[in-house]
Amino acid sequence: MGGRILAVTTRILNFYIDGFRNMSSWGRSVWIIILIKLFILFAVIRIFLMPDILKKNFKTDQERSMHVLENLTQNQQL
Amino acid sequence: MIQSIDWSLVDWSRAQFALTAMYHWLFVPLTLGITWMIAMMETIYVKTGDPEWKKITQFWMKLFGINFAIGVATGIIMEFEFGTNWSNYSWFVGDIFGAPLAIEGIMAFFMESTFIAIMFFGWNKVSKKFHLAATWLTALGANLSALWILVANAWMQNPTGTTFNPETARNEMTNFWDVLFSPVAINKFLHTITSGMVLAAIFVIGISAWFLLKKREVRLALRSITVAAVFGLLASVHVALTGDGSAKQIAKVQPLKLAAMEGLYQGTDEAGLVAIGILNSKEKREAGDVFAFKIEMPKLLSWMAYGDPKSFVAGINDYKNGNPEQGILSTPEKIQRGKVARDALAQYKNARAAGDVARTDSIKTLFQDAAFKESYFRYFGYGFMDDVNYYLPNVPLTFYSFHIMVILGFGFMVFFALILFFTARGEMQDRKFWLRLAPWIIPMAYIASQSGWIVAELGRQPWTIQDLLPTVAAVSKIDAGAVMVTFALFAVTFTVLAIAEVSIMLKAIKNGPKNHGGTK
Repeated sequence: MGGRILAVTTRILNFYIDGFRNMSSWGRSVWIIILIKLFILFAVIRIFLMPDILKKNFKTDQERSMHVLENLTQNQQL
Repeated sequence: MIQSIDWSLVDWSRAQFALTAMYHWLFVPLTLGITWMIAMMETIYVKTGDPEWKKITQFWMKLFGINFAIGVATGIIMEFEFGTNWSNYSWFVGDIFGAPLAIEGIMAFFMESTFIAIMFFGWNKVSKKFHLAATWLTALGANLSALWILVANAWMQNPTGTTFNPETARNEMTNFWDVLFSPVAINKFLHTITSGMVLAAIFVIGISAWFLLKKREVRLALRSITVAAVFGLLASVHVALTGDGSAKQIAKVQPLKLAAMEGLYQGTDEAGLVAIGILNSKEKREAGDVFAFKIEMPKLLSWMAYGDPKSFVAGINDYKNGNPEQGILSTPEKIQRGKVARDALAQYKNARAAGDVARTDSIKTLFQDAAFKESYFRYFGYGFMDDVNYYLPNVPLTFYSFHIMVILGFGFMVFFALILFFTARGEMQDRKFWLRLAPWIIPMAYIASQSGWIVAELGRQPWTIQDLLPTVAAVSKIDAGAVMVTFALFAVTFTVLAIAEVSIMLKAIKNGPKNHGGTK
């Protein structure tokens, strides 16, 4: 059973490795663009420019909900 | 009411989201539509065994691959923006967005990445039928991915199947099926994917026409045109039908958007549909002189909105000032009701801060009360601003976008019918005017597609969630300068990527079907 799973996994891996190895020039170009784009998105934009404000500034969901409640009711006359 | 609003923050956050969404939408419709045509072409190849169909399939698959690769992950930036620029909104929507987007993410990963890999790497490595199945599943997976995004969007247009919990300050799903099968979601999904099919059919016809003009790849071009013209004609009829369904839903759940789409200021029985029109200035429109010029089809708007040519269609002024005869509340009345709901939430917050359990329990019960929800909480978003005009959408943008979309949409239908007619008569190669025109229809299809989203999103302003959360309350309190910087960064990045896509795409088209597929 274990040997069969290993064989299938190896076949799948080889399928991808062969595919990438024999990729045409346009395929390589778009993969370069994809990798550059993913790097900009996750290593630059996400980390340095666009953090999740609530996750960054508050530790618990309760704190986050209180913060949003505060914003939603700000300046409301009681 | 919200005081000291940083309007530049709201405007730049909106502009940034619009930029990202419109850029993302440059890639999505072609992916949604062309995958079906590729699957059809490959099916013909598998049925007939004709290698020309394999070549045709692989050529369009290459262009799909380029479009998919450049567009992939552009949508993730919108999720970043939710967390950074729209944190109040992203918290307030709760799991309504989380569940569909999680399903979408899993489906996109497993279905698209697995089957796309087989599509590109699997020629000669898997059986013909297995490869064909992978191609159909790629088409299905791509369109089902869109389903979940559109379900989430439809909920923002018409929040249903949820209830607001003041304890968590979030909307919580009470009925998943109500969210998934809301008529707004179903119409939106069908209208969106069929519009993608129309765009893709125009793309295929336009490029094939270019080949015919250049007297290159004639067989590929003629066969591709046949498939695309049939597919495009059927899809464009479906777009019109689902557009009608969408209009009926808008009349029901976002009637002010419908009024803006038609430039209807004063409600009337037997309302006519403006086929073509030029709007007057804002001052003139508000004084009752709405159009400088218009061609109107009598009673058609009443029929389109309610299926009855005699029915009353409310105008912008009916929603602004109210119309008791038609049971329409005025905006000032909605503002008062919204304030009552906000007041209850403020009391809840204070009771919670004071540790008054009895009081918090009683207010929490109030938020579950059907009468309170129907009479007050459904207008919660109106409680943020006193200015009545704040709750009105941009009429010219909505009106012109809607009419551009509709006029082009019907134009495409005629275009497909003519192309099919010429093809059936074997005259396509001789119709030089249409061959020259066809590539220029491609940008028209993108304009129609973007216009549709402008109607959908600008027509519902100021709401991020209809009637519950306006943009001023949804936005994060961050520095407007930071949003401006990221806006500029995105604009530059998107422009570079768009130029890269167009360059690679044009090169691939010029090369034609040689160097096909994803592998050598």
